[in-house]
Amino acid sequence: MTAAVQETQASDWLDSTAQTELLRLTTAGSVDDGKSTLIGRLLYDSKGVYEDQLASVRKATRNLTTGGLDLSLLTDGLRAEREQGITIDVAYRYFATPKRKFIIADTPGHEQYTRNMATGASTANLAVILIDARYGVLPQSRRHAYIATLLGIPHLTVTVNKMDLVDYREEVFTAIRDEFTAFAQQLKPRDLCFIPISALKGDNVVEHSARMPWYYGPTLLEHLETVPIAEDRNFSEMRFPVQYVIRPNLDFRGFAGQMASGVLRRGDAVTVLPSGRTSRVKSIVTWDGELEEAFPPMSVTVCLEDEIDISRGDMLVPAADGPHVGRRFEATVVWMNQKPLEAHRPYLLKQTTQLVQARAREIRHRVDINTLGHQRASELQLNEIGVVSIEAQRPIFFDAYTRNRTTGGFILIDPISNETLGAGMIVGPDTWRPSGPVTPAERLARIGHRPYLVRLAHADAEMARLIERHLFDQGYLVHVIEEPEHLAQAIRTAFSAGMVALLFGAAAEDPATLRAGLPSEQTVALDRAQFDDDRALLRALVAAMAGGAAGNVPLTDGAGI
Amino acid sequence: MKPQINHRTLTHLRALEAEGIHIIREVAAEFQKPVMLYSIGKDSSVMVRLAQKAFHPGKIPFPLLHIDTTYKFQEMIEFRDKFCASIGAQLIVHTNTRAIADGANPFRLGTQKCCALLKTRALLDALAEGGFDAAFGGARRDEEKSRAKERVYSFRDSFGQWDPKNQRPELWNLFNSRIDKGESIRVFPLSNWTELDVWHYIYLENIPIVPMYFAKPREMVVRDDQLITLEHDMPLRPGEKTQMVMSRMRSLGCTYCTGAIRSEADTLPKIIEEMIQFRRSERENRVIDHDQEGSMELKKREGYF
Repeated sequence: MTAAVQETQASDWLDSTAQTELLRLTTAGSVDDGKSTLIGRLLYDSKGVYEDQLASVRKATRNLTTGGLDLSLLTDGLRAEREQGITIDVAYRYFATPKRKFIIADTPGHEQYTRNMATGASTANLAVILIDARYGVLPQSRRHAYIATLLGIPHLTVTVNKMDLVDYREEVFTAIRDEFTAFAQQLKPRDLCFIPISALKGDNVVEHSARMPWYYGPTLLEHLETVPIAEDRNFSEMRFPVQYVIRPNLDFRGFAGQMASGVLRRGDAVTVLPSGRTSRVKSIVTWDGELEEAFPPMSVTVCLEDEIDISRGDMLVPAADGPHVGRRFEATVVWMNQKPLEAHRPYLLKQTTQLVQARAREIRHRVDINTLGHQRASELQLNEIGVVSIEAQRPIFFDAYTRNRTTGGFILIDPISNETLGAGMIVGPDTWRPSGPVTPAERLARIGHRPYLVRLAHADAEMARLIERHLFDQGYLVHVIEEPEHLAQAIRTAFSAGMVALLFGAAAEDPATLRAGLPSEQTVALDRAQFDDDRALLRALVAAMAGGAAGNVPLTDGAGI
Repeated sequence: MKPQINHRTLTHLRALEAEGIHIIREVAAEFQKPVMLYSIGKDSSVMVRLAQKAFHPGKIPFPLLHIDTTYKFQEMIEFRDKFCASIGAQLIVHTNTRAIADGANPFRLGTQKCCALLKTRALLDALAEGGFDAAFGGARRDEEKSRAKERVYSFRDSFGQWDPKNQRPELWNLFNSRIDKGESIRVFPLSNWTELDVWHYIYLENIPIVPMYFAKPREMVVRDDQLITLEHDMPLRPGEKTQMVMSRMRSLGCTYCTGAIRSEADTLPKIIEEMIQFRRSERENRVIDHDQEGSMELKKREGYF
């Protein structure tokens, strides 16, 4: 073969593959239903496995004395996992055929690893759900389907695996298909299909199986290569979250970002959120030249006709058909941390390019992921899913997740430990509005602790201010009362406003405090003379207010004082 | 760019490009002092191109950092200096000069210890000295098994270490950039690229790369089935002789530890064709990954990229 011929062939290939589309899929299955074997089969049969990687798998297989070539070892990565013999985290795999390039998010299927499944599902176009033909539809199959649809995966592909172990009988496959279809009606997946396979023997994974002549559909790989995904993206509602302002000189000011949805054209009228200012698109700039239009998932830089103050976190939207703008919304939250989600705890919320402080106002219900039933809940534990009312400190710009996976999704971050705690899918604006006068329960919810009257005997004004400062820094709404004229009235006002009222010196002993008529369990009396130092007194005070009898939200255990 | 598959669909390379640009911009926006690790190799070259695209028409708003073990190929260093000057990037070169002065080399210390001092330690020192809170690396998940589980944002504690059991969940394209003082994040914008994607992109974009990737006759020692180049006075074992071999590098590292492959591929299409035909993992030719089962995972736990 001459060099010239070789080069022509390579260029042909380069040109044809330059037009390959990308499909992201997620796989979910239980420990023994052959998920790793299936992925190994896809990689192996599509020749995506490099020869030397295969060689090292052959070595490891011999060590485990399982005999033969264990395809699952192609995908089990980390040492700890190899020792335990299970997959414990999301692993990404890559393979390509002449038609498409694939990214597999391979996630473990156990109950306690909901968080990993949600992670893998968040970017996927398609979910492969594995069912063991011998056992039929199990709770985990339902769970996988639920999480896949919750995370907005448009295409569900149910593979009924281990058909070789049920003699490739059609009725086994049909019964599982019918049962799953009945269940899936609640989930309303956009696209649902079923394929009978044997990952181990290779039936209907890449090659059509001669042992299931009753099946006329595509093999799994054919399905992955042809399922239409282009129309899954939202092209109707333009959203451009501003990520970064590019200003190399006084003549250029561009807003860089990735198209979340819709189409943005040169000359389009746009509104900037949150300012509400309007302008037109002067140009859409890229390194490769200016574009007439941009669509998701392009990363571009937008220049506007008018000089408007725009910064990261702002969003360009159409004049009509904008997103919801608001502080309160309802979302389905998947919780991913040992520390449970609780109402009123401060979190950081990241959505598009915004990072804002936020709190859960209320947990509306928890979802039983096996039955999809609703349960009352005061918190969400690790791997639990629930519908939560969330309040951000400033307005965010959002759409329902079912319409827009970019502007409808968010993560919650712990402001202290910096961990990613959970992920949320916005349902819509929180339309629930309380009516009537503000109740003590609502004050408690907002402030985070009950009102208290604190009487400090043998303390002076300086000391009272010091204690006020310490309590305030720990999140208490606290105030030193210094109105000897109308003491009882001042105490009542502070108390009904939900505050911690501090009295010192003579006022602390004044019988007027009794006339205020406050509940005794919300009154704390401490004598400075009985404590070695201010710190000891503070600890005692915080402990008294955090005590179970008073039942307030313990903001601190006093240890940090 | 060639005509697209259908109206308003990005090809897989343009989709990966858009994702990489998004990641790079996100880091520039959210971190105080990012830096981009620049190893001079083909992956770094692609990553730098993405950074150029991300901030066009502006310049890359952070420096490039090269960890120089002093055992790199001369051609790499020449290429580095010329390339960085041509794109107007700020380049920082860091070397563990103390270890070099103490005579660190793979023959005395073994490859593991040599890497630990000249790469891992040098990198951690450079990041600490520069006060960098985010460092881009060109690693890809398809390179090695332990990389398959790496996040795009890989959290490192104040010792620069990675804890594979305690990674932050990463959903959508929402990255958690929150860290405390002393901690840092390694960022991998090419996470979802394969080796083939990298070559394909270099071809489409006409990105300059070190000439060592192209085949030509080179003076080599054949040792343990690997081709080793003769630079930095590499000692020969008894009975070893050099020979001219038509060969090229599939990945670039230190001279002692980077094997060449026999190849006739002297153009990009030929390199790509060779890869489609052979499909051998590039890391087969890097001695360091073979020194211990799961060795890359161990290096990463200690702070290696």
